[in-house]
Parts: sequence; C-alpha cells; structure tokens
Amino acid sequence: MKMKTLAAMALAGAVASGPAVADLVIPDLSYRTGPYAAGGTPFSDGYQDYFNLLNARDGGIGGEPVRIVECETGYNTEKGVECYESTKGEGALIYQPLSTGITYQLIPKATADEIPIHTMGYGRTSAANGEVFNWVFNYPANYWDAASVAVNYLLDENGGDLNGKTIALVYHNSAYGKEPIRTLESLAEMHGFELSQLAVDHPGQEQKSQWLQIRRERPDYVLMWGWGVMNQVAVQEAANIGFPMENFIGNWWAGAEHDVTPAGDAANGYKSLNMNRVIDYPVLADIQSMVHDAGNAAGDGSHMGSVLYVRGMYAAMLAAEAIAKAQEIHGVADVTPAMVRDGMEALEITDARMGELGMEGIGPEFSVSCADHGGAGQGLVQQWNAADSTWVPLTDFISPDDAVIAPLVAEDSAAFAAESGITPGCL
Amino acid sequence: MLYREAGDFKTSYEADNQTFPIAFDRYRYWVVLAVAFLVIPFMINDYWANAIFVPFLIYAIAAIGLNILTGYCGQVSLGTGGFMAVGAYACYKLMTAFPDTSIVIHIVLAGGITAAVGTAFGLPSLRIKGFYLAVATLAAQFFLVWLFNKVSWFYNYSASGQINAPERFVAGFAVTGPNTAPAAQYLICLVFLTLCALIARNLTRGTIGRSWMAIRDMDIAAEIIGVNPLKAKLTAFAVSSFFIGISGALFFAVYLGAVEVGEAFGIQKSFLVLFMIIIGGLGSIFGSLAGAAFLILFPVAWKVLAVDLLGWPTDLVVHQQFMLIGALIMFFLIKEPHGLAQLWRLAKEKLRLWPFPY
Repeated sequence: MKMKTLAAMALAGAVASGPAVADLVIPDLSYRTGPYAAGGTPFSDGYQDYFNLLNARDGGIGGEPVRIVECETGYNTEKGVECYESTKGEGALIYQPLSTGITYQLIPKATADEIPIHTMGYGRTSAANGEVFNWVFNYPANYWDAASVAVNYLLDENGGDLNGKTIALVYHNSAYGKEPIRTLESLAEMHGFELSQLAVDHPGQEQKSQWLQIRRERPDYVLMWGWGVMNQVAVQEAANIGFPMENFIGNWWAGAEHDVTPAGDAANGYKSLNMNRVIDYPVLADIQSMVHDAGNAAGDGSHMGSVLYVRGMYAAMLAAEAIAKAQEIHGVADVTPAMVRDGMEALEITDARMGELGMEGIGPEFSVSCADHGGAGQGLVQQWNAADSTWVPLTDFISPDDAVIAPLVAEDSAAFAAESGITPGCL
Repeated sequence: MLYREAGDFKTSYEADNQTFPIAFDRYRYWVVLAVAFLVIPFMINDYWANAIFVPFLIYAIAAIGLNILTGYCGQVSLGTGGFMAVGAYACYKLMTAFPDTSIVIHIVLAGGITAAVGTAFGLPSLRIKGFYLAVATLAAQFFLVWLFNKVSWFYNYSASGQINAPERFVAGFAVTGPNTAPAAQYLICLVFLTLCALIARNLTRGTIGRSWMAIRDMDIAAEIIGVNPLKAKLTAFAVSSFFIGISGALFFAVYLGAVEVGEAFGIQKSFLVLFMIIIGGLGSIFGSLAGAAFLILFPVAWKVLAVDLLGWPTDLVVHQQFMLIGALIMFFLIKEPHGLAQLWRLAKEKLRLWPFPY
C-alpha cells in the first residue's frame, strides 16, 4: 500500500513540475550537505548569485531570463545521476557538477544526450582534447596543469633545480586525488625529484598515520589534493607535527578560508594554488546591491567574496559568456544545449572583456577551440596570512609545462576514444 | 469482500504448499508481473529508469541476498558493500577481458566469483556468532574496498582508479553504456530480479532453506537434529553473496556505468541494504522488495514534494530526509519489529475477514 501511495505522490510531483517555460535553464548540481558542504556551499552561492545579478541587471542573457534549477547531490554519484536525469528534461543548457566522480558518470551520458559539461579545474583532465570529448570542456585549467604549475613554482623557488628533493603528495583516495599522479611521476622523472604518495580515504578525517609518515620521512615539500573536511584536518595535522607551512602547498580545491581558519594561527604561511584571483571586484558591489539587498541571495549570503564564492561566480561568468556567444553565432536568444556547446567552443576571454564585466584580472586570458577545450592552464600561488585572515597572492599566473602535459592528454584521450569507439573529430 | 475464498479448494499437496495459496494473491502476482514486463517498459523514460526503477530493482536483489544470510540463516553481515564491489569489479574484469562474451554470462559469473569470496569470508562464522561475526564481516568490507583501491590490476591501471562499463548488447539492444534505452536497462534488471526472487523463494522453502532457518532459530538444536552447521552456514554465505554479486555487477554496469570503489561501495552501502531488510522484514522475500522500494522511493518522493512542488531549500530537504528516515526506522522498530512484510501480512489477515471479522 505504502509503495503505491509513494509512487502516486512521485508521479503527481513529476506531472506537476510541468513543461519547461522558454527560459535559459541552468541546473546547479550543488552540495550543501555532507563532508564536502564547506566547499560546495560558497561555490553554489557564487554561481547562483551571478545569474541572479544578470537577471536583475540585464534581464538575463541577451534579453532571455535565466532560470536556475538547484539539485542537491551531497557529492554522491548516485544522487548526481538522479539530479542529472531530473534536470535534463527541463532543457538544461550546461552542467557543472563540481565533483570529479559525478563528472565521470556524466561524460558518457551528456555526450549521448548532447548537453555540454563544463568542469572548471576538475573532472577528467584529458577532456582538454576536444576532438575526443566534443561535449566536455575543462577550461581555464585542469589537474595536470595544477601539478605542473606547482612544480614550476617549486623550481622557481629552488633556482630551477629540484634534483634530489623529495615531494610528498597527500591525496584524496578517489578519482579526484589520483588524477595528478601520472603527471607528477613524469615530472619527477624529468626534474629528478622523488615523489612519495600518501592516500587519504574518504571523507578524510583520519590522517594521523599519513602525517606520522611525513614526520618520519621529512619530505622537502608536501603537495595536497584535498577537498572538504580533509583539507582542514590536513592543515591541523601539519601544524601538529610542526611541518613548515611554507613548504606545504595545496591545489586550488585546498585553498579556501574555511580550510585554514580551524587551525587558527598555526595555519599561517600555508600555500595553495588558485585559478582565480580574489580581490574586491566591482561586480561584487553590484551583487550586493542588486541581489543580496533585494533579498535574493543564494544560501545565507555570508560567503560573499570568499575564494570559492568568487570561483563559483567566475564559473557562472564563463557559462554566461558562452551562452552570449552562442546567441551571437546562431542569432537566436532562446538557445539550445547544442548551440551553447558551439558558443563554448568559440569562447574567447580577454582582459578587456573581464574588465567590462567588473572582474578585471579574475582569470588568465584564454580562447577555446575544437582541438583545445582546456584553456590557458595557468594558476597562481597564494599564501594564508592568519593575522589578517586573508590569502595573499605571491605570484602572477604561472604557466604549466605544456611539453609534459600535451602528450599525456593525447595518450589518455586516445585510450578513451579506443575504449568507447569514438573517432576523434570536430562537430 | 476483496478476498473471495469460497470454492478455492486444494486437492493436492503441491497446491496446498504453493507460494500464493490464496487465488486472489495469485492473480495479483500475475498482474504485477504483467504490468512490470508488458506495461512499464513502454512507458519508462530516462528519469524513471535511472532515478527510481533501476536502483530499486538492483537494491532489491542485494536485499534478497542479505536477507538469505541475515533473515533466513541468522548470520549478521556488514560486508554487503564489499561484496557488491567484488561483483562490480569481477564484471568489469570479465567485460574487458572477454569482450565477445555476452554480458549476461559475465553478470552470472561475477555472482559466482562473489559467492566464492563470500564463502571464504563466511568461514569465521563457523566459530564466531552475533556481534563478533558482524565485526568479522566488517573487516571484509574494509579489506575489499582497500584491495580494489590499492591493486591497480583491478581497474586495468587507469589513471583515475575509476572503472567504466563499455557498451554491451543483449539480443541487439545496448544494455550498458551511454546509449542504453531506459527500457533495456529496466528489463535486464527486472529479469535478474525476477529470477533471483524465484530462486530465493524456492531455496528458502526447500531442505536447504529449512536447515538455514534451523540454524537461525537455535544452532545447537539444529545440530542435534542432524543439520550440518558447516554446510548450512557456508551455503547461506555462498547463495547470499551470489545475489549480492549480481546486484553489484548490475549496479556498476547497467546503473552507474562508472564506479569508484570507495565512494560507491563504502560502509554506507552495507548499512543501507541492512536497513532495507530490517524495515522490509527479516526472513521475507516480499520484505526485501518492500524495504528496497521504501528506502529508494522515499527520498525521491520527498524531494519531488518538498523541492519541486513546495520550493523549499535543497539542503533543508536533505536534512529532513535524514531525520524522517531515522524517525521512520525507529517507528517501525517499535511498532512493527517484523517490518513492512508483517504489516502486509496483518493487513491481509484483516482483509480476508473484512467486513465481518470475528
């Protein structure tokens, strides 16, 4: 009996959610619950607030209002699939799942359904090869870029020589954390440093043994591929064993305010990569006055201007620019997912355009093409100042070593193409 | 009124012992099967397949498997997630090693491999009981997940440690891979569930099932009347793991298509399947189905109601789901410790007499 009532309820709900209105539908597969909520919440707030700003200020994109459909995934792949299936029927234009695991699920599905995915700085790295992954984009940077940027930074610190140094990689034991290993291994061979790998299991609250190992082995540097609660624990554990914080570098998912504040002053000097500069952009004032003050803030509105909030806003800006580009190419305001894909492939982000949008210098300049879905691949290094509670940028955008990454991308994407029977080519 | 039993005579021993002795139940069973096989495949879309039916069917197979071990044989297991992982990885290795063999054979073989692994981890059950056995199976859970993460042979040395299901066909229709029609996905899971449920039902009412139940009810007494505990316990582990392996293989190949062991087959999966059989009813095939349906459908239904219809914040709704499911588990444990299956049994007893109870 119970089963039937529930099924009837679900049916009623599915019917009542109704046909899609002529809007630009942007699904937001967010996670505001679970061990990764600390990172998921500000990103989603920034993502939604920017689209709300476009609605309030410009009446949407090209005169077409944006409708955001939020769906909670909890960073869980099963829920991610459910969210994908429930939102795609509404005419979703572009997916940004903010989870490497969910991205792996969605790549084949979205390719079959012909909906573009944008995985900014996460997901499958070899998706940078647009001839194999026609529907997947990972500009402006990916994990292998991050690994290379980190090593390039360390080379700079050491006068161009890492010979004989040891670098430990503390990584989330999942597809996400394992992604940089291949690149770091090639780089280790090339530059003569020794790489030791320390896996941390989901969700990452147990890291005592890994850090004891670090204390015993005394590596020169520790790189971290962490996310969610794992980052906070790692920073605390590094402080506990007295590891010098300036030699501890997180990737760009391990460098937000909430990762370092729990450790207090002990976190001072911790470094991380970042793919977007965080300063007080004029666009944030617009969001404050037109979205937050109007009572339309996503979430509780408390994350404004934080690292991941700005990154979410940056992701929304790139999506909005791609939609605008698609409208320009096809001459219609009410674009389809296939048109948005064309817009993404023709996307060009210049300093002048970022200035116009009120976020000058938020990211590097880059342009996308069919062959290259990966963008510039640049990242900067920032350092935490615990006294002022701010991230201080130490460098400008650093370029990765494309000579190392390009062959790896070609190899991995060729393997995927062979495995799934894809003939590489442009659409 | 609903059940018209007048004239429903049994003339043979077989008729008296059939699964649905009441004619009305029998008709309803055939109607359910007919709807499941002949109506739903023509109406199903991607959302209904991927969000509701396919997960329900796959978890139902896992719940039947665990119910054989825990509900019928009384051996508590927390290793379900690990055994599902064995099924998934076995299926993946077979799919990639023998691409020309039918996926159906791979799924059955994956079940067989899981049965062997499950039997090996069932050996401690000959010496230890109850909570201690639960801890031993918990070790299986953690060991297997660690193994599939550590040894890269299991995921064919892929950079990310993910396994991806290549496209495979049954009778010319893709059943795995991204181009699978929702009806094909649904039907292959439905066929496996139907067969598993039939096998499970017939095993549990035969000699072997009776020896399981004897061990469950009192193992010393069972030994005295001539039940071999070694055989009974190990067959229970083998059969249970066989079903769980099949569900793991389907979960990976047909439902998700790409799997990461720590995330998909963690300890939460073991608990989820355990909750399914507790809520559904220990020692009941119908209970396994009802429990799986309840724990799969309830979150989706609540989400549709609260987020899509009422427009509540998504995080609030997820927290409500946790609280409501927790509250409902407690409610069922207090009000009906034998689960949904017992509720159904009581309702049926009342309905048979209604409207003139005595």
